[in-house]
Amino acid sequence: MELFDHLFFGFSVAVSLQNLLYCLIGVSVGTLIGVLPGIGPLATIAMLLPLTYNVSAVSALIMLAGIYYGAQYGGSTTAILVNLPGETSAIVTCIDGYQMARQGRAGPALAIAAIGSFIAGTFGTFMIALAGPPLAEVALKFGAPEYFSLMLMGLIAAAVLAQGDMTKSLAMVALGLLLGIVGSDVNTGVPRFTFGVTELSDGIGFIVVAVGVFAVAEIVSNLGSPEEKRAVFDTKVTHLFPTLDDMKRSIGPILRGTGIGSFFGVLPGTGPAIASFASYMVEKKIAADPSRFGRGAIEGVAGPESANNADAQCKFIPMLTLGLPASGVMALMLGAMTIQGIQPGPEVMSQRPDLFWGLVASMWIGNLMLVVLNLPMIGLWVKLLKIPYRMLFPAIMAFSAIGVYSVNSSSFEIYLTAFFGVLGFVFMKLGFPPAPMLLGFVLGPMMEEHLRRAMLMSKGDLSVFVTHPISLVFLIVSALILVVMVLPAVRSRRGEITD
Amino acid sequence: MTPRRYWVLSMKSSLLDNKDFWSGILLAAVGVAAVVIGRDYPFGTALRMGPGYFPSVLGGLLALFGIYFVVKALRNDERIEGNWSLRALIGLPLSLVLFGVLMEHAGFVPALVVLIFGSAASGTEFKFVEVLLLTVALTIFAVALFIWGIGLPYPLLAGL
Repeated sequence: MELFDHLFFGFSVAVSLQNLLYCLIGVSVGTLIGVLPGIGPLATIAMLLPLTYNVSAVSALIMLAGIYYGAQYGGSTTAILVNLPGETSAIVTCIDGYQMARQGRAGPALAIAAIGSFIAGTFGTFMIALAGPPLAEVALKFGAPEYFSLMLMGLIAAAVLAQGDMTKSLAMVALGLLLGIVGSDVNTGVPRFTFGVTELSDGIGFIVVAVGVFAVAEIVSNLGSPEEKRAVFDTKVTHLFPTLDDMKRSIGPILRGTGIGSFFGVLPGTGPAIASFASYMVEKKIAADPSRFGRGAIEGVAGPESANNADAQCKFIPMLTLGLPASGVMALMLGAMTIQGIQPGPEVMSQRPDLFWGLVASMWIGNLMLVVLNLPMIGLWVKLLKIPYRMLFPAIMAFSAIGVYSVNSSSFEIYLTAFFGVLGFVFMKLGFPPAPMLLGFVLGPMMEEHLRRAMLMSKGDLSVFVTHPISLVFLIVSALILVVMVLPAVRSRRGEITD
Repeated sequence: MTPRRYWVLSMKSSLLDNKDFWSGILLAAVGVAAVVIGRDYPFGTALRMGPGYFPSVLGGLLALFGIYFVVKALRNDERIEGNWSLRALIGLPLSLVLFGVLMEHAGFVPALVVLIFGSAASGTEFKFVEVLLLTVALTIFAVALFIWGIGLPYPLLAGL
């Protein structure tokens, strides 16, 4: 079968010594920052991205992806042992995971989280391998109008489905699009919004925005809220293996969680937190005895942990096949590809099969590494929790500054990072989510280009967007998303979910 | 989420820490600025869009969002919560700027020392000895990793 040929080829790329090493570095760093609260995959990928310049594109993406899904693993470890979600995706795991730990069943909880994540990850890998080629094939037929409408739909969906105020998310998308076009206009060479600064003629650096908003602003915000006292669960984790009963109870939730996570995964804007929350609700609803939930039900760990991992993997589908980032992390991955000189889009699969299939295969290998490495090393990760934030954030600042500076050896970009740190913090204070801005920023130049091409094609007739059927479908979906979300009934329900 | 508090204060004083009001002002300011500056760039026609077309549309859109939030602010009084953590808000960007200046004139080590020390000093808790040790350890680690390991071409100390 062709599918297995592709996967086999992918594995042959992923098991090279160098790629295995980068995968290992990625998942280790990911687990580390997953365990540590106050630093997430977004900030980490942003500050480590510049360090991947001299590495091949495949290795770079393998490492960055490893950080991303590794963080989900690390996040659940602290949720179970310390009742502290290292990442937002692990919030739900705290409920029953920590109860299990208090009953002396931390081992099985950690094991089932790892096993569930692994099964979900395996399924996710197959999903990408299965859905990728047909999607890319369709997308290859897209012209400028289709791309413009697709990007519009992606941005609107990401803004609307994300947590928080929808209008604020949409405003951030517009701001991001505007920031994205700073620099010389590609068609005419006219410098736009450069204020006579030569450093700005190439546009604002992608890393600058990402580090400023996700690292610097985040630290300022964290320093504003008092540090939580972490009571580390000191009893030794024994009896790692779940009982037969545990396994029987978990298999259903794992499979359902995988399905739920895959579904939410391809939707733009929905983070892994929503997928794991949905899975928890489903398990509680169909359980024979719902009162067990909240008191250490293993189903409440197995389902959500599978869901958030499946979600994380499936987020790669629109990014790899359409060049459409569905979340902040995916925008960073897209940026990493662009920096490596790869034009994101459906051509990636045919022009750089090593990149596509190598990355897909590496994710499966990475998941395996996480299970094998993490379970025996849990004690070490928990010890890291004792590092106080006051020692952590200066290190993040140092890494961020070195990362940004190393891109162009430009002090100006450091000043700009400081500016975006302040701007990002002000927007955070006002309740604006930063991720939609990054999506807009990444897509801005591409959207303008597609809009111009579409207009040239149609001789300036805007109706080109509705006369092309695929483009029309995207526009209708965009409109539907907006209309549905404005309806008051849905709005209040959405409030319940995200609260 | 957060409880909405309604204040029976005069409009003027309540707008000063109204979340939506400042959101609106900020967005409208950026939007209007984009439109005004964008007028210097050729707008072009729908067929051949000039470099001014897209920014003008986006600027207009942002201005509309701005107006929406200002209007919302008049009806809805959601306050800006928490403190502004001014120490960090000033200290961290300042440390970054110093890092940038020192990288150009003094070299990697002084720039990094100032950045790490300055960042730590911007935090809420500041223990001198601990920060000193942290600065030394992190600097050595960064030099080993970035300069000797990855081979970034920056002098450890530049001629002052």
